[in-house]
Amino acid sequence: MKNNWYKILSVILILYTLIWGMLGPVPRLDILNETIRNLYYHVPIWFAMLFQMGVSVFYSAKYLNSNKKEDDSVAFNAALVGILFSIPGIITGAFWARFTWGTWWTFEDPKLNGVAIGIIMYLIYFVLRASIIQETSKARVSSVFNIFAFVMLILFIMVFPRLTDSLHPGNGGNPAFGKYDLDSNMRLVFYPAVIGWILFSGWILNLFNRLSILKEVNNE
Amino acid sequence: MNKVILLFLFSIFSLITNAQNAEMADTFRQEGKIYVVIAVLAVVFVSIVFMLFIIERKVSKLEKELKNKAD
Repeated sequence: MKNNWYKILSVILILYTLIWGMLGPVPRLDILNETIRNLYYHVPIWFAMLFQMGVSVFYSAKYLNSNKKEDDSVAFNAALVGILFSIPGIITGAFWARFTWGTWWTFEDPKLNGVAIGIIMYLIYFVLRASIIQETSKARVSSVFNIFAFVMLILFIMVFPRLTDSLHPGNGGNPAFGKYDLDSNMRLVFYPAVIGWILFSGWILNLFNRLSILKEVNNE
Repeated sequence: MNKVILLFLFSIFSLITNAQNAEMADTFRQEGKIYVVIAVLAVVFVSIVFMLFIIERKVSKLEKELKNKAD
């Protein structure tokens, strides 16, 4: 039980954001209206995805240093959890875009393009892993590629959107969340939501890792 | 002087009313229907957590079995 505190905490935090995110006061803004509350659900899911990609690249680098098979396995599982989190991220974003920007998807927005490229990068990572049969070279090649993919992801979703105009707030030269930071009521829900979803993704990663170890032991 | 105060009060008042103009789901909230939404969200999330908890227990059980086998 002592190692499971973060699982319980994640559930408490997310439940709090589900309840208070709906009831709490928000700024009354045109166009956004009540959809401003999506900030509590859409953005933390992307943060959880980024966190998992960060864990993945960390373990890939660790593998290249240690050559331990388990490290590569954690890197793979974290990338998988990250990609699984990007799916609800994209779908919730599409709904939000439909009712505020008037379209499900637009290639005008550099953040959308960037995230599409980033996801394709990670799909290549999975294809690469599946296509190399020899275990050690699979782990080595995919670890190197994972570092490249992570750098590209960060460039495409954190750096490039800030260099041009974006429909997303906090881009086009502005610091992220500058507009929302003014509203302390929203911060009370948004920050717990980010921590909650990151911990929740950690729980899923923990399960994936333990299943990988079980599979490994069973194969021996 | 009075005119200045009046102008000041008026400008503040207009700022407030402008901010209040955006359409929100106020009647929806007044009728208490938001609690239905919250209840549904909470039930769905707790159900998913419950399923994760069951998977968690199954994995722990397998881990224990494998450990016993190794010993």
